Formats: sequence, structure tokens, C-alpha cells
Amino acid sequence: MQLDQIIKQLNLKALTEPQDFSAITVDSGYCSDLLSCVMTGAEPNGVWITLIAHSNIVAVAALLDLAAIIITEDAQPDPDTIEKANEKGVILLSTPVPNFTTVGQLWNLGLRATQQ
Amino acid sequence: MIPPLIVQTAITKGLNLIAITDHNAGDNVQAVIKAAEGESLTVLPGMELQTQEDVHVLCLFDTLDQLSELQTLVDKNLPDIKNNIDYFGEQFIVDQTGDFLARKDQLLITATRLSFDQVFNAVKVLGGLFIPAHVNRQLFGLITHLGFVPPDLSIDALEISRHISPEGARKEFPQIAAYPLIQSGDVHFLEDFLGVNQFKIAEPTISELIMALRAEANRQFVIKSRF
Repeated sequence: MQLDQIIKQLNLKALTEPQDFSAITVDSGYCSDLLSCVMTGAEPNGVWITLIAHSNIVAVAALLDLAAIIITEDAQPDPDTIEKANEKGVILLSTPVPNFTTVGQLWNLGLRATQQ
Repeated sequence: MIPPLIVQTAITKGLNLIAITDHNAGDNVQAVIKAAEGESLTVLPGMELQTQEDVHVLCLFDTLDQLSELQTLVDKNLPDIKNNIDYFGEQFIVDQTGDFLARKDQLLITATRLSFDQVFNAVKVLGGLFIPAHVNRQLFGLITHLGFVPPDLSIDALEISRHISPEGARKEFPQIAAYPLIQSGDVHFLEDFLGVNQFKIAEPTISELIMALRAEANRQFVIKSRF
């Protein structure tokens, strides 16, 4: 599934610089607000759903080579975090709806927890 | 844990410096400071603040005015939920003898809307000491919730829980090895006092504690290991 499709269907706002989202393939999804769990549970090219906006999320996404982070409930990363994400090539997307709804929408689009 | 018993127990255990750090609340600090007047015990004002990310952080100060400023910020950022005494117990405010003064209605056990970085900045602007609490704990510990210690913040020290040795903590979490570690025991009952943090300082102030944690100007800090 391409990231531009997810952005369109879920009506997500890009917090980082716009780019060709159709060139980015998303293979799986992972949802947790505990960063230690994400570090061991999320997969490369996956999308991560969380309401945590702390700058550590950028390092976690860069470490795991995630396709994007969807930050829920309009949680707002500070400008330094967004700048760091742009530097590291981490895509930050925002939605007003909670984790549960976001995961449900992604599931309806056919996204699953693992790559197979 | 009424103020005179806290003071008496600390003195009996040979302590001469404690901090009072109630959860998201500083209302009972003054009572303990008053209860310790004339005794060989210094009581620092503080708070255990729960950040937006559910990380517990110890915020320590020299004066009640500094704590009061933090309290104002915390009160503005707690959700508007009343305490349920059946579930969470009483939230009493007492005087220095332990007598009832008031009951705090706002639920304190929950997280504030303040982010970890916002709390760090607020405590530093006020001149306080910022120490993430029981960082190795699964629940409310920095490492579980934020994955690692944010490298951009110059954090004074990290506190480890009572069930692990400093050597054990450094081995299990190599990323915390470079930080000064303290061990305060998350004391909720009189019998819980650990008293293992030993400072060699000129006076019991935040600036002296920071110097000791950094091993500056001949100040020293060591955990007297229980293991």
C-alpha cells in the first residue's frame, strides 16, 4: 500500500515537508505509546500509530526505518522535533482522531500487523 | 505518613536530608518542613510529577515559592477529574502535627498534560533539580515510556528503583551508565526509607547537590550499596 493512499483516505496532515508520498510503500502497521515496545515490535517500512509527540519518536522511527509516524489526537510535536524529523527523513503525519479509530481505518484499507 | 512521624523516622534512621515529593502535589511539604524545625533534618520541597508521556519525574527545589510556581503550572495541566476516594483513597492536606486541614478534590494520580521536555525546562528555569524517577521500572519509568534518555536535555541524574543495584542497572541499561544514579526507594511508608544516597556537600541546597552529582569542587556523591 502506498503512503499517499493512506494520507488521502485517513485525511492526514503532513507535519514534515511534503514529498512524493506515492513513492513510499507501507508494508505493515504497529500501534503503541510505549517507545520501548515500538523499538522491539515495529517493522521496517511500517507505519506507527501513537499519541506520543516527544522528540524521541523521531529517533525510534529512524532507527527502525519506518515509513511514517501517525500522531493521533492532535498531539503536537514541538518545532525542534519536526526539524529533526525533516533532517532524518522521518515523515510525521497528524490526525485529530484517537489511536483506536486510526488503526480501524488502516485495517479497513487492508493494512495488517505483519508483512505477510 | 504524618509529618512528625516522617521527621522522627528519618532522624532515627540517621538521615539528615530528605525531600517530600508527593504525586503532582506540593500541598503537604510545608507541614513537614515545619515539623522538622529545630531538628537535625533538612526537608527539601519537591514533587513527583507525571508527564504527558506517563513518565514520573522528581522535581526538587530550595524554596516553597519555587515549588508553588511549579504547582500552579501542574494545576493548570491536570485533567478536570475529581478524586474517587473508594478507588484512590483520601487526598488529605495536613498541618505539621498531622491534623486535618483540607481534602484535595482534584484527582492527582493521573498524568498532567505537560510533556517531559516542558517539565524539564520549567524546573530548570525555576532553578530546581530534575531527576526522572525509577527509570528502570516497567510502569511510569523513563526507559519503557520514552525508549531512552532524551540526549538533548542535560538531565542532572536518574533515579533507580529499590530492587536493583547501581551496577545491575548500569549493566542492564548501558544507555544510563553515563548519568549519575541516585536511589530513593519511592518511599510510601515509614518502613520504606532507604537512606543510601550520601552527599559530601557544604550545605543542603540544590546547587550543592548538583555539584556533588557532577563531582565538582570537591563535592562527592555515592550510593551506599545495599547489595
